[in-house]
Amino acid sequence: MTEKLVIIGNGMAPGRMLEHLLDKAPDQYQVTIFNAEPRVNYDRIMLSPVLSGEKEFEEIVIHGDGWYIKHDITLYKGHKIIAIDRTAKTVTSDHGVTESYDKLVIATGSVPFIIPVPGNDLPGVITYRDLDDVQAMLLAAQSREKAVVIGGGLLGLEAAAGLAGRGMDVTVLHVMPSLMDRQLDPAAGYLLQKELEGRGIKIICKANTKAIIGNGKVEGIELDDGRIIPATLVVMAVGIRPSVGLAKEAGLAVNRGIVVDDGMQTSDGNIWALGECAEVGGMVYGLVAPLYEMARIAASHLAGDRSPAFVHSDTPTKLKVTGIELFSLGDFTDGDDREEIVLRDASAGVYKRVVLKENRIIGTVLYGETSDGAWFNDLKKKATDISQMRETLIFGQAYQGGSPLDPMAAVAALPDDAEICGCNGVCKGKITSTITSKGLTSLDDVRAHTKASASCGSCTGLVEKLMTITLGDSYNPAAVQPMCGCTEFGHDEVRRLIKAKGLKTIPAVMQELEWKTSCGCAKCRPALNYYLVCDWPDEYADDYQSRFINERVHANIQKDGTYSVVPRMWGGVTNAGELRAIADVVDKFEIPLVKVTGGQRIDLLGIEKEDLPAVWADLGKAGFISGQAYAKGLRTVKTCVGSDWCRFGTQDSTGLGIRIEKFMWGSWTPAKLKMAVSGCPRNCAEATCKDIGVICVDSGFEIHFAGAAGLDIKGTEVLGLVKSEDEALEHIVALTQMYREQARYLERIYKWAKRIGLDEIRRQIMDDADKRKAYYDRFVFSQQFAQVDPWSERVSGKDKHEFRPMASVGFSQAAE
Amino acid sequence: MNWHPIGNITDIPLRGARCVKTPQGKIGVFRTAENEVFAIEDHCPHKGGPLTQGIVHGKAVTCPLHNWVISLETGKALGADEGEVRTIPLRNEDGELFIALESLMMAAE
Ligand code: SRM
Ligand SMILES: Cc1cc2nc3c(=O)[nH]c(=O)nc-3n(C[C@H](O)[C@H](O)[C@H](O)COP(=O)(O)OP(=O)(O)OC[C@H]3O[C@@H](n4cnc5c(N)ncnc54)[C@H](O)[C@@H]3O)c2cc1C
Ligand code: SF4
Ligand code: FES
Repeated sequence: MTEKLVIIGNGMAPGRMLEHLLDKAPDQYQVTIFNAEPRVNYDRIMLSPVLSGEKEFEEIVIHGDGWYIKHDITLYKGHKIIAIDRTAKTVTSDHGVTESYDKLVIATGSVPFIIPVPGNDLPGVITYRDLDDVQAMLLAAQSREKAVVIGGGLLGLEAAAGLAGRGMDVTVLHVMPSLMDRQLDPAAGYLLQKELEGRGIKIICKANTKAIIGNGKVEGIELDDGRIIPATLVVMAVGIRPSVGLAKEAGLAVNRGIVVDDGMQTSDGNIWALGECAEVGGMVYGLVAPLYEMARIAASHLAGDRSPAFVHSDTPTKLKVTGIELFSLGDFTDGDDREEIVLRDASAGVYKRVVLKENRIIGTVLYGETSDGAWFNDLKKKATDISQMRETLIFGQAYQGGSPLDPMAAVAALPDDAEICGCNGVCKGKITSTITSKGLTSLDDVRAHTKASASCGSCTGLVEKLMTITLGDSYNPAAVQPMCGCTEFGHDEVRRLIKAKGLKTIPAVMQELEWKTSCGCAKCRPALNYYLVCDWPDEYADDYQSRFINERVHANIQKDGTYSVVPRMWGGVTNAGELRAIADVVDKFEIPLVKVTGGQRIDLLGIEKEDLPAVWADLGKAGFISGQAYAKGLRTVKTCVGSDWCRFGTQDSTGLGIRIEKFMWGSWTPAKLKMAVSGCPRNCAEATCKDIGVICVDSGFEIHFAGAAGLDIKGTEVLGLVKSEDEALEHIVALTQMYREQARYLERIYKWAKRIGLDEIRRQIMDDADKRKAYYDRFVFSQQFAQVDPWSERVSGKDKHEFRPMASVGFSQAAE
Repeated sequence: MNWHPIGNITDIPLRGARCVKTPQGKIGVFRTAENEVFAIEDHCPHKGGPLTQGIVHGKAVTCPLHNWVISLETGKALGADEGEVRTIPLRNEDGELFIALESLMMAAE
């Protein structure tokens, strides 16, 4: 018989508990969840990357709506439970829904603590706990004004870094003498403070808030010492309190948290509690690792196996601010019975401290270099006697036993029971054996099967090393294929970080994202140059030395080192004057081949590099501009003769094609972009194998996209039908801009579309008028800077050096 | 050895290259991001691509035709490819550049 299980709260703890429960006893319960937050289960830890722009909310969802449907679980979103009736065994929500239970789980998490000062309820004062808070901060950040974060702990600093990254002027107020004092000793706190100050965040320690001031909304903060700090946003991140009100009213035993035994059972035999709201063995917890352990135990007990019991263990802390490496574990306060080993490397900003008691590690603080965190954690957990390696301990695992190990060998040398993922308590042996037994090949698979690196993600590097060790060369880190050998980041991360961190030059990207080479390579530099051109059209100065030769000299290099020149011939239409000018140029420069291209225009092949500017000068006089036949940018818009001439033509396809080409020429795109407009479905312009195509029909314009006719052959997909030429142009431009902003360098539309999903593209371009308009506007803005004919620029002298030898030497001597 | 002036270092863009014509063919003169200057034959060991038209990175250049990467210091192809171009002696006197042509002519004989 199935029993009824009701869960109050849908946070990270019960989410994990349900996964275990569905695993162990899939049919035992009919599950109903009430969640005060109006959304599905998501990874709360990752709100900081959402705030900083490194992730989208969609990426941090743990269980989407489909998951609840699949498992036949009823989820009441936005329902807060206001009463538990233990006699009737029912719960009631603030929307009036009453549900009965056989078993009840309380997982109400915590609430942020609000310091009791005047003005703490002014509009503009927020906490940092859920997605609504993040959205409020993002909205406030648009003003780019001043923000104050009260609280220099983990949450406060992540909020501060996120807000600063979003352009706000941020001050952190911390009541203690050094930052993150619960996790770091003063030395590490000092390094952290310096690093954050270097990023423009102001920090005031020993700051006691007296009042929040403002008239109708926040205007600033007044400190005890009388100082006033102006602010339009105040984020309060001073701590959390277990959310126990409901349990208390229901008469359950409550202390700091809801009191549970080591099986997560409350004082009522039918009620369990877990997560931040639970108090077990006199402790309450605020990090996910112990909460996940609670989840495992509660699930087991609910499934009928009452043997597992919760035991306390220390969880390492890390700070999720990109570029800051910090690790802290256990107890590091000073004491007579303790010894410490300290290593400082000021130039590298590294500080390491290990606290020992009776030759065993009891605490560790690492700043600046944290790769040995897992190893120290393991030594501490096993209470290993370190007297044998005392001399070298602080240098880390690589220095134990003679010569230093490389990082891969160091990971290989970890024992099987060394913990790799702190959040989920996954050890090395579990990861490697699951990879082998389940035949896993991708990081996503490993995350799905073992949970390793599935929460805060800071152990991803370790997990990937384990995959390489286990799978050898067959491991292809497809999830994040690095851009090239110069970086660990994939294209998508780099694009996101360029935006999130406001990086505006290639050296800035390489510095901030820790490129491994001094100035990149021929793979990453052109990609970075494109991303920067696309993201900062008005500010970025194009780096010509990072462009492929064709884009540097605006012609196509040929196998013999000569060049070909393709002038624009709008929509494939020309006239006698243009043809005559071409004929004259061909004669004057003795151009060996004139060819009609597959793109409806004329190619002049075999031109010496030194002649290029003169050829362009002559072509320019006849009104020609560059056809950009070399560009990762707009190439051609092919057209057919259309309604002006053709007996089947339904619209002016030639006119529309020319209009599109004149509007969009000069734009840089991730890969080349080719278009065509056909006047009727007979499709003489071959629009249905182009990146973007239009088929004119009586009722309007059918817009197509994602075709291919080169290395791959693929018919287009239909984006949608629009009525007027104006709309056709707007949709095409918006689609192009979406592609420009999202695709990886050298990825053509059809590949990008496959990755993003056709429906998503249709939704944004066809259905969401605001999005479409915004894309359109951004394209138009960037065209101001892009529509400069590169040929005429060079005719007037730009980049002269490109077209001339530096010197000619030795000829006279040779003649002598 | 016969040193020939070819111009000033500033005639070459940073992370760029210029070519010098000689009776024995073209020579590429490369300037790295770190302001070092190298001269090698402007002729890729693969299929003769003009190396001066490539992208300069570190102390190497990627050939514009098929992406071989050639070391500017040794003239050798890096990575899996095998091949070599001649390096040309170059002197940098406060930015004025000279290449040694005689040795080149001798080598060509
Ligand atoms: C000149 C032209 C052939 C011709 O004589 O007709 C041509 C010539 C070249 N094509 Fe093309 N393609 C030409 C039309 C096409 C077409 C037909 C079209 O555009 O309607 C296609 C198939 C459609 C497509 O792009 O999907 C085409 C698919 C390719 C591809 C495969 C691209 C792909 O992603 O699958 C390449 C290789 C690449 O880009 O990496 C390529 C690359 C090249 C390059 C640039 C090879 C290179 O990297 O040096 C050739 C340059 C020759 C030169 O110096 O001019 N060309 N090429 C055509 C110039 C069109 C124009 O006016 O701009
Ligand atoms: C920004 C941020 C960063 C963090 N970073 C880390 C980190 O790096 N590492 C780490 O280990 N931990 C981190 N944490 C802490 C971690 O997220 C929490 O410990 C964890 O999410 C707590 O899970 P929970 O299920 O107990 O509660 P929660 O996830 O808080 O879920 C409780 C849910 O119950 C709902 N609820 C409350 N009362 C009721 C009611 N009466 N009726 C119905 N629903 C109710 C709430 O709306 C809420 O959705 C971070 C937290 C935040 C906010
Ligand atoms: S098909 Fe295109 S790339 Fe291939 S040889 Fe012809 S022009 Fe060159
Ligand atoms: S000619 Fe240089 S790589 Fe082919």
